[in-house]
Amino acid sequence: MRQQLIQSGEALLAKDQKLVILLGDMSVFGFREAFKNFPTRIYNIGILEQSTIGLAAGLAMTGMVPIVHTIAPFLVERSLEQLKDDFGYQKLGGNFVSIGASYDYSALGCTHHCPGDVGILKNIPGMEIVVPGTAAEFDSLLRQAYDNGRPTYYRLSEQENTESYPVKFGKAQVIKKGKKATIIAVGPALRPSLEACANDDVTILYYTTVAPFDSDTLRNNCSSGRVLLCEPYYTGTLTNDIMSALNPLPIVIENVGVPREFLTHYGKASEQDAYIGMTGSAIHSKLKKLLL
Amino acid sequence: MPKILNKLKCSILQTSFKAGEGHIASAFSILDILWVLYDQILKIDPLKPRDEKRDRFFLSKGHASLGLYAVLAEKGFFDKEEFERFGTFDSILGGHPDRNKVPGVEASTGSLGHGFPMAVGTALGLKITGSQAKVFVLIGDGEANEGAVWESALLASHHNLTNLICIIDYNHSTDRALHIGDLAKKFEAFGWRTISIDGHNHKEILESLKLKLSEKPTAIIATTIKGYGSKMMENNPAWHRKAPTKNELEIILKELT
Repeated sequence: MRQQLIQSGEALLAKDQKLVILLGDMSVFGFREAFKNFPTRIYNIGILEQSTIGLAAGLAMTGMVPIVHTIAPFLVERSLEQLKDDFGYQKLGGNFVSIGASYDYSALGCTHHCPGDVGILKNIPGMEIVVPGTAAEFDSLLRQAYDNGRPTYYRLSEQENTESYPVKFGKAQVIKKGKKATIIAVGPALRPSLEACANDDVTILYYTTVAPFDSDTLRNNCSSGRVLLCEPYYTGTLTNDIMSALNPLPIVIENVGVPREFLTHYGKASEQDAYIGMTGSAIHSKLKKLLL
Repeated sequence: MPKILNKLKCSILQTSFKAGEGHIASAFSILDILWVLYDQILKIDPLKPRDEKRDRFFLSKGHASLGLYAVLAEKGFFDKEEFERFGTFDSILGGHPDRNKVPGVEASTGSLGHGFPMAVGTALGLKITGSQAKVFVLIGDGEANEGAVWESALLASHHNLTNLICIIDYNHSTDRALHIGDLAKKFEAFGWRTISIDGHNHKEILESLKLKLSEKPTAIIATTIKGYGSKMMENNPAWHRKAPTKNELEIILKELT
């Protein structure tokens, strides 16, 4: 997906004179052609995330459309107050594109992990949150929403699904229809979710936008009242959205996601997947428990 | 001191008394600077406060909002009656300014260290689009404790934002916490042109603001007195955030008139 950001960013720089890209000393070599072709609208701004978000807000005040890009914990957690005050409260549009996701940088340790990003950003009223499952989906979602005048977070990951879907910003997609339960798979969690229930009589809903949350699609596709929520970040982050969407239907929820603990092992992201249960077999076990 | 300043100070006191809210001492600290800016420097039409060609002013130390509101009301950005409703439930004027409510306010500030980066971004955006407009930002010396202030200082000089003028309200608020020292030398070290003035001397304020732009961003270190004009209030930390009692109001109004 990171390579896609470079391609999509270059294409949008060429198309839209208002677009400005700010890199937190990240992906700079990848954008080398953009630096040659658009020298006044792409900057390696440096390692100063708080001021970068404020500066991006100032650009937005002059009518420019900023894209800010760096690793997730620095973009979201270090700059949270800037995202809240300088974009959310000011009601300004901007794009915040992170890499690293929950533990793509598994071996670098917890300073570079960010399973809390989606839950944290959901606390900023008006903040839109996009979790694409593939590079092609990211390209499509970015083009749909980048200049909509609202702050939008794009959570890129090295974990990708095997197939891209014709995703629409703000809408969930019905991947499969069944009767016994509804699986909500967010972004890259779709791949193991599909592996888990290929032969089960369940509905699969695929969410690539989690804020705003598409309540209608869930309401229309959850007559069983049984929900398996598969999220690639902190587990249970969307629980309140689900409860609100299905209220007053009595529901049972099982969760798959990153546990609320520091993941102090190293190794590869796939090993973290196995540790937290983000695999087809582990999700299938959760599903069986839900269907008991 | 021009008579208008005393008039504005009296209205700030009365408004704060009525609302039971307000950072009056900070407002008095910056009022001379704000008046000169809006009276003689800024190219802004109060009837078209979002005109693309306007100069921009960011009050980064948003808690001094009463000073800004008083000047904006005097200059016709909104009705003076609105100023008198400061701090009431459905007023457009709160303890910190809201750009989506108050005509003439460029940024919703309050948390320190936010207005300056936004001013830097605005200066960069105007430079990219070839605008001739200038960007003025006012920060406090206490605010200069924030790392984001120095991040922004670095960004502004690196990107040659010659259209940016930062005024530092050096009223020594920070001294009891963190001694910040020679702000002019610090800004110079960050690549800025600096000018040091008496922030209550209108001639010095005007001359510094009228200087031709240089090849660097400009920092104006304005030495000021917190609560300037009221002996009861001047440099008295008890007045950082405090509305006057009826008795205090009468005493200070007498001092001013």
